[in-house]
Amino acid sequence: MVIKVLGSGCSNCKKLEENVKDAVRQSGISAEVLKVQEIGEIMAYGVMKTPALVIDEKVKSMGRVPGVEEIKKYLRD
Amino acid sequence: MFSLIDWVLKQIAGILQSGLTGLIAWFCHLFGWGTGFLESQGYIGAVSFFFYDSLKILLMLSLIIFIVSLIRSFFPPERTKKLLGEGKARGILGNIFAALLGTVTPFCSCSAVPVFIGFIEAGIPLGVTFSFLISSPMVNEVALIMLWGMFGWQIAILYIATGVLVAIVSGLIIGKLKMERYVEDYVYQIKMGQAEDVKPSWKQRISDAGIYVLEILKKIWLYVLIGIAIGAVMHGWAPTGWLVQYAGRNKPFAVFVAVLIGIPLYSNAAGMIPIVKELTRMGMAMGTALSFMMAVTALSLPEMIILRKVLKPRLLAVFIGIMTVTIIFIGYLFNIVIG
Repeated sequence: MVIKVLGSGCSNCKKLEENVKDAVRQSGISAEVLKVQEIGEIMAYGVMKTPALVIDEKVKSMGRVPGVEEIKKYLRD
Repeated sequence: MFSLIDWVLKQIAGILQSGLTGLIAWFCHLFGWGTGFLESQGYIGAVSFFFYDSLKILLMLSLIIFIVSLIRSFFPPERTKKLLGEGKARGILGNIFAALLGTVTPFCSCSAVPVFIGFIEAGIPLGVTFSFLISSPMVNEVALIMLWGMFGWQIAILYIATGVLVAIVSGLIIGKLKMERYVEDYVYQIKMGQAEDVKPSWKQRISDAGIYVLEILKKIWLYVLIGIAIGAVMHGWAPTGWLVQYAGRNKPFAVFVAVLIGIPLYSNAAGMIPIVKELTRMGMAMGTALSFMMAVTALSLPEMIILRKVLKPRLLAVFIGIMTVTIIFIGYLFNIVIG
C-alpha cells in the first residue's frame, strides 16, 4: 500500500502527514508514506486545494485534514 | 434572544472589568500611586469597550466561521474550475461569474497557487482568473456579517458590491492588458489531472467546520484583540468627530491617504471592524473607512510573496496597482453616493 500526502509544507499538510503516520502505526498495516510537494505532481492528481490524501493512486480526500480515525477507515477498505 | 445574549456578555465583561480594575488598584497601592484615573471616563470607556467587544466579536466569529465553513465545503476550487472552464467563461460575463464564485470560495495560501495554475491550464482567461483571485480574499463573509451586525444591511451590501466590483473591473483591465507572457513559464507546462469528485459527508463537514473555527481563532485571536484594543483606546480617549476635518465627506484626499496607509498593513477583517467603527464615530466618511478596511485586508505581504511564485514581477505590480486604484476609486464613489 502506498499512501501519498499531497502538500507543499503548510501546517495543515504537516498535520495530515502526522495523522497518516499515526493511523498506519495504530492499524498495524504495512504501508509506505510519501510526501508529494511539487506542485506539478500534486495537480496531476486533479487537486487544487492541499492537503490531499492519496491511497494506492486514488484520491481519498482533498482540501481538508481527515482525522486519524477517518484515515484508518480508508486503510481498512 | 439576541438581547439576552447581549445582556450576558455585558455581565461577563463587567466582571472582567472589575477584576482588572481591582488588580490595577492593588498594584498601584503597592507602589503608593494614585488610582484616580481608574474612575476617569477615558479608562472606564476604553476598558468596558475592550472586554465587551472582545467577547462579542469572538463569539460572533466562532458562529460565523462555523456556518460559513459549512457553506464553503460545497464550493471547492475544483468545482469552480469545472464551472468556469472549457470556454464557459468568456468576456465580461466570465469576470462577473468568476468574481461571484470567488466570494464563496475559501482563500488560503494553500490554494492560491494551485488555483491560479489550474484555472490557466483549464483555459480560463487570465483576466477572469484574476477576478476570481481578487474577490476571494476581498469579500470575506466573516467581515460581511459583522458589518451587517454593526452598521446595518445597507453597509453590508455595499461591502459585497464594492468587493465584487473591484474584482470584476480589475480582472477586466488585466485581461485587456494582455499580460499572459508575464505569467511564469512553468505554469503553462503543468498538466492537471482529473480527480473524482470526493464529496465529504455531513458529519465530516460539521467536524471540519468545528476544527476550522478553532484553528482560525488560534491564528487570529491576537490580531483581533489588538484591533479591539486600538478601538478601545480610540473609544475611551478620542473625541467624536475630530477626524471630520481630515477625513470627512468632503475631504477627497483622505481616501487616497487611507488606502496608501492600508496597503502595507495587514489585519484580519474581523479585527478591522472595531477600528472602522471607531474611525466613523470619529468622523471619517464611510466610503473612506471601507476602502481603508479593504486596503488592509485585501493586500498583504504574505499573499504577494505567494503570488510571486506564479506571476512575474511586472504582472504582480500591475495586480497590486490596479487593486489600489480601484479601491481608491470606489472609496470616492461611495463617499458621494452615501447620504
